[in-house]
Parts: sequence; C-alpha cells; structure tokens
Amino acid sequence: MFTQVHSLMVLAFSAPERFEPKLPPSPFFWMPNQATVYSEGVDSLFNLLVWISVISAAGILAAMVYFCAKYQAPKRGAKALSQVDHHNTLEITWSVGTLVVCLAVFAWGFKDYLSERTGPKEAYEIHAQGQKWNWTFTYPNGFVDSTLHVPVNTNVRIVIRSIDVIHSLYIPEFRVKMDAVPGRYTTLWFNATKEGTFPVDCAEYCGTHHSDMLSEVTVHDARGFEKWLADAAKAMDNKPPVELGELIYKTRGCANCHTTDGSPKVGPSFKGVWGRKETLASGESISVDENYVHESLMEPQAKVVQGFAPVMPTFKGQLSDKQIAGVIAYLKSLK
Amino acid sequence: MAAPSTTADVMAAPAQRGDDNYLTNEKGIVSWLTTLDHKRIGILYMMCVMGAFLLGGVFALLLRTELLTPGPTIVGHDTYNKLFTLHGAVMVFLVIIPGTPAALGNFVLPLQLGAKDVAFPRLNLASWYLWVIGALFMVASLVTNAVDTGWTFYTPYSTSTTTSVIPALFGAFVLGFSSIFTGLNFITTIHKLRPPGMTWFKMPLFLWALYSTAVIQVLATPVLGITLLMLIVERAFGIGIFDPALGGDPVLFQHFFWFYSHPAVYIMIVPAFGVVSEIIPTFSRKRIFGYKLIALSSVSIAILGFLVWGHHMFVSGQSVVASSVFSAITFLIAVPTAIKVFNWISTMYKGAIHLDTPMLYALAFLWVFTIGGLTGIFLAVMSVDVHLHDTYFVVAHFHYVMMGGAITAFFGGLHYWWPKIFGRMYNEKLGRIGAVTVFTGLNVTFFPQFILGTRGMPRRYYNYLPEFQSLHVLSTIGAYILGIGFLITAIYLIASLRKAYDAPANPWGANTLEWRTVSPPPYYNFHHTPTVTEGPYDYENWAYNEKTGGYERTDGPTELTA
Repeated sequence: MFTQVHSLMVLAFSAPERFEPKLPPSPFFWMPNQATVYSEGVDSLFNLLVWISVISAAGILAAMVYFCAKYQAPKRGAKALSQVDHHNTLEITWSVGTLVVCLAVFAWGFKDYLSERTGPKEAYEIHAQGQKWNWTFTYPNGFVDSTLHVPVNTNVRIVIRSIDVIHSLYIPEFRVKMDAVPGRYTTLWFNATKEGTFPVDCAEYCGTHHSDMLSEVTVHDARGFEKWLADAAKAMDNKPPVELGELIYKTRGCANCHTTDGSPKVGPSFKGVWGRKETLASGESISVDENYVHESLMEPQAKVVQGFAPVMPTFKGQLSDKQIAGVIAYLKSLK
Repeated sequence: MAAPSTTADVMAAPAQRGDDNYLTNEKGIVSWLTTLDHKRIGILYMMCVMGAFLLGGVFALLLRTELLTPGPTIVGHDTYNKLFTLHGAVMVFLVIIPGTPAALGNFVLPLQLGAKDVAFPRLNLASWYLWVIGALFMVASLVTNAVDTGWTFYTPYSTSTTTSVIPALFGAFVLGFSSIFTGLNFITTIHKLRPPGMTWFKMPLFLWALYSTAVIQVLATPVLGITLLMLIVERAFGIGIFDPALGGDPVLFQHFFWFYSHPAVYIMIVPAFGVVSEIIPTFSRKRIFGYKLIALSSVSIAILGFLVWGHHMFVSGQSVVASSVFSAITFLIAVPTAIKVFNWISTMYKGAIHLDTPMLYALAFLWVFTIGGLTGIFLAVMSVDVHLHDTYFVVAHFHYVMMGGAITAFFGGLHYWWPKIFGRMYNEKLGRIGAVTVFTGLNVTFFPQFILGTRGMPRRYYNYLPEFQSLHVLSTIGAYILGIGFLITAIYLIASLRKAYDAPANPWGANTLEWRTVSPPPYYNFHHTPTVTEGPYDYENWAYNEKTGGYERTDGPTELTA
C-alpha cells in the first residue's frame, strides 16, 4: 500500500534537486548497518535496553489488563476486595531493583562513551567544516572535497568546526555524532570496519536547507583510499576553469541557494548573471563583474541584492585563487 | 474525608443549583474579565489553553501532511521550519505548561483544600492576563514573519536568522512571569489555607504534585526569563553573550536554556502524576498504594530535575566528566518515576475497577508514560545517546511523555472534573470512544518515529531519504486518527454544556473535598471550612445511589454547602 502511495506522490510532486546519499539496506530491524568497531558496542547495549523495555512494558501491560479483567467492578459502586495500601518488602525490592539495573546500564554506557570520546593517540586526521548548508572535508594533503573518504580498519579522527551556526556531523552507520560549534574545535574518531558508502547528515537544526545538508562517507580499502586521494587531487588541479567552477558550484553548497535555470531561491539565480545590472539592498546598483563576484565570496554581506536575505556564509580562506577563477569562468559560461 | 464539624448547618436543604452557582452569580463578559474567583479564572485559562491546543494541533497536522513525501508536499522549506517552531513553542509554552496547573489546578486546588479561593486572587487574575499578553506576542510574531529557530532558540542561529525572533522571545518571557505567579500563589495557598485536620500527609496527591510543580516554576522560570532577555539584548543591540562572532559562547546558551527547560519537563509531567493519582484510586474504589512514596517521589523528581540539564548536551562538546555526572543523576530520576508506576498498578490490585472515561485516560497514561520513561533510559545512556541524539527517537520519546503523558493526563483530569466544573455529565459512550481513538492515534503516530530515529533519521528535516517514507506515512495516518479523536471529544464535551445541570455532587465516589460541594460549586465553595478526619483515598463511607447517579455519604450529608 505504501508503495502505491509513494508512486502517486511522486507523480504529484516532482522530486527535489538535491544530493541524496546512498542508504544501503540494513540487516537489523532497529539499527542501520554496523560499519565501525564502536557501533557493535553501542548496539549490544541498545539491544539489552530493548529487552529490558520489552519485558518491563509487557509486565506492566499484563498487570494492567489482568487487573482490569479480574477486578472489574461487578456493578457500579461495588466495594474493593481489599484496602491494602503498602507492602514494605515489595516496595523496597522494586526500588532497589530499579536502582541496580539503572546503575549497571549507566556503567556500561559510561565505559563505551569514555572510549569513544578519548580515542587513540595515533589517528589519520581529516578536518570537517560545517557551514550553511554543506560539509567540506580537508585531507592531510590539502585536498578539499564535499564528501568524506576514509581507509578501512584505520583509526580516523575528524576535527570539526563551523563557520556560521551550530551544525552536527552525524554518521548513523558509524553511531557517531558531534556538534560543529562556531568558535571552537570539536573532534570525533572512528575505525571503519566495513567498506561501502553511507550517508552523512547534519543533525543540529541550522535553517532553511538543514535537511539538504547531506554528504556521504566512502570507506575504501587501504590502497584504494591512497589512490582515490591522489587521483582526486590531481583531477582538481588539471580541470579546465569552467569545469572546476562547476565542480565548486555543485560540491561546496552554492547550488543549495543559487539555481542555474533562472528561478530565484535563497539567493539570485546564476543564469545570465554575468554583466547583469542588480539593485542592491542599499538602493545602489552594480553590474556583476570579477570584482563583485570576488567580494561576494569573501564578504557576502557587503553588497546584497535587493529582495534577498543577508544569509550567505563567507568563503574567505576556503577557495584557492585558481578555484575562484574557476567560479568566475563558470558564471561567465551561464548565459 | 471531611466529616462535618457541626451538623446543624449541613442538615439544611442542599443549595439549589442553577440560581447562584459560580457560573451564573454574575453575568456579562466584564464580570468574567474582572473576576477574582479561582473557578472562573480556571475556566478562562481552560478556554485559552484549548484555543492554543487547537492552533498547535493544526500546525502538527500540517507538519505531518508535509512529511507524507520525501520531498516538497504542501509547503516550502521555510514554512515547514516555521511550522515546527510554532508547533513546539505553542504546545510547550501555551498549552502543556499552563494546562494542568493553571486550568485544572486553579479550579481544583482551593476546592480540595476546602478553601474559598487561592491565597492571592488578584495575582491569580494577573497571571491570566500575563498569559494572554504573552500569547499575543507569540501570535504577533506569527503574523509578522514567524520564527524558524525551533522552540529551543539555539544561538547563534537565533541571533542571525531574519525571522521575527524578538516578539516570540518576549512572549515566552512574559509567559514565564505568568507561570511564576501561579506557582507562588499555589505554594502560599497550600501552606496557609489547608483546613483543620489536613496535615501534609493527608493532602490529596494532586496537591503534592501541584506543590512540587510550583516550586520548580518559582525557582527555574526566572533563569529562562534572564536567558531570553540576554538573547533579546544580543539580537537587538549586538552585545556579545552567546554569539562567537561577538565574543560570546553559543554553548553557554544551551546550558542556560536547559537549566530551565529540563525542570520545565517536570513542570509539564508532575501535575499529570497528580491527576493520575486521583483517578486510579477513585475508579478502583481502593486506597492508593504507597501514598508517602508517591508524594515524596514528586518532590525528589522536582529536586533532581534541577541537576540533569547537561544530558541534553552529550554531543555539544561538553566535557566527558560533566556529561558523566549529568548521566548518572539522570538515572537516579528513573527510580522515583518507576516507583510511581508500580504504585499505580498496585493500587488496582484487588480493587473494584470502573472503566469510565477518566480511568481509560489514566490507563492510557500508564502505558504511554511507561514507554516514554523506558525510552528515556536509552537517551540517558551516553554511548547510545550519541547515536540517538537529535533524531526522531528523541521526538518520539518526548511526545510519548508530553503528548502521551501530560496531555493524556490533562484530558483524564478534564473528564474527571468536568461534571464538577460545569455541573453536567458528558456522553459516557462517546467519551470512551474518544479516549480509545486518542490512545490508538498517539501510538500509531509516535511509535514509528522510534524506528525512524534508531535507523538514523535526524529531526527537523523537511526532506528525507525515500527509505524512510513508509514509516512517515504511518505516522501521519496516526496524526489524523489523533485529530479525529480530539474532534469527537470536543463535540460531546461542548454538546454537554447545552443540557440542564444533571451532575450529582460526587459522580465518581472520590473522597477529596471538591466532591463535597454542589456541582457546579457555589461562588463561596463551602459554607464553612470543613474539618478533615479521613485520608483522601478512604472510600468506606460512600455508597452509590442509583437514583441520583452519584455517590452519597453513609454517615451524614454529602454536600457541605448548605
């Protein structure tokens, strides 16, 4: 039935244009795939809690249903069979019992959390940056990408920062999550055990396109990872400017707010933007040229086009001169 | 409970209903807007809270409809973000926080004390006006540009968004004062106006719950007020407190916010404990099991509730030591909470259970609150919370507690006290149908969200991966069932108001003082202050009278109003 509903909906509403990470099917009912060492520990404790909950809830439901059936008043106003209102042994048992179970569960969770937060001394370090509304990952060789790639069976530490509001880096298959807080660094680490591609989400609400702030993580075998990194960096260096600019447009968050088909979104469309006369919020008018594009990337709030909110994040320090030149070339190509 | 101290007065003919009860003793809208009568103020609150509940409910249905498909369905990104913000803010600040204490509590608290009114009737009216002003600011924000920050107002998003955050913040700030005044009033009333014979441990558990709630309201709400004010100052004047661009610390806001908002969770749920503690013994015709432990567990939850705010921040970058302490104390709260559930269940053992509408709501509460409580343990465990934090699992958990717990208990209390408040019985059959529909709807709505959460669906998502669609569709169907349940409830409750007075003084055979006066009560509640000799849950001296459809004392007059 749901598939039918689905196909009807798809007919009625066209699918959104956005990056959609692959979600491989999971062998478990509750949890997604286990792709790290840590996720196995989390799931064991989670499963224990599920059983504790099922048994407690079933016990309470059984008592409720049984008492309602057995002790239902034969007629309105019937008297109770007993007025017993305390039982010390019973009350002490269930209080102490609850406490003991809770402390045991706390201790287990504490142990796992401590190891997740402390992490190994030696780890492959990747920097992640959140900004409205995309993630970028900087590898040790300086290569920047919008998706995360990691080698399998290797300790990886992600150093996280945000340049605007709070985001949260969340990889469900790894069972890890850490907020990206402006003004400070946070870290998380993992050791991926399963090759494949998994979604990366933003879990802290960050505005209009919060739900589109998606990426994906690809776990490679050790040699595959080295090769990917070398090839990707080389490809980036050798791209013609227009293609480089298009890549930047697609992978660094520009496409979330600026279309290439002429329809305005959060920001003005890039279609035919080159040389266009724009009226600014201040009432002045400018025409879009190299200097305006450069300024808008570095100080986006300096000259905002009338009718649009001043919400664009800065790209200062994030794009090389070559990449900026690529963006300019790409904008020129969008007639 | 209250054996009349003198018999001469109460042997006189019972007061005639309909001529000078509190609903009719003064006429005209002005008499309502200037009333100092706690019963009328309770009704003013009730109408406003119900209006807000309708508004918040419509937002919820729009949200759920939008989530029928993974992409755009009926509204755009920004509208969706505003809808979930307003749904949360309205339900928390305008409905659940004032719901049970200010609407039902205002009506019932002085009656359960055998008092004529609360300690400060003028302050009581002032808190209602503050509620109205706060609500108007919220609505003003709605019609200007709305808010899209989530009800949590996290910085620096809330200081940088272009939506109209300041009116909403100011609204919440004013609503805070309304809450503080109500709390202050209730604490004073319970301390000073208890009738002769009513020692602390002879108080109905609803009063213990309202007392614990009032303590939290008075101690925690000022922190929210100051925090919201700081946020307004930062937004309006650019003074750096929370925004790192101005030299502030965004995580400090989360500490301040949850220092209030975690105790606020108990402002919402502890009164529900009180309602359920009244309904279950009454409809089981049996003394409540473990009275003292239930009373003291409300107090201990109120105190411990101040020390756990950091469990909302396990992935915020907070230190491991701080998180561990917060997690450990959170587990301690599980103990008094579990004790309550066990005691309620034990109260039913060997009772004479009457499955009327209020009892159905209380049983529904027991089930959904158990689920809400148990899933809280998942979130208190640090390692598991790292995965579940900010996913639909959290959404499902707090809706089971807030919607399933607080709102279900509120509706249980509304049905329980309805005959007393308005002097009319509602259609019992429709009442039961409504209760079962609401119970079904809320499980169908929120249970699938647990699965969405564990599978990794983050909350506050407008678009989502197509793999999650079937569970979202199920959840939306549940929301429509809930809507139908509440619609049925609204219809028969309003219909009952068109009838002549037909409710007996004590339709359920409860032994707290509000049932010892006429339904609806006269303006002065009681002719004189009753003396309490029995416990609040002793039902031996009540017998059912088929002719009146109510219970009557076997050892003297039922009504102490003559």
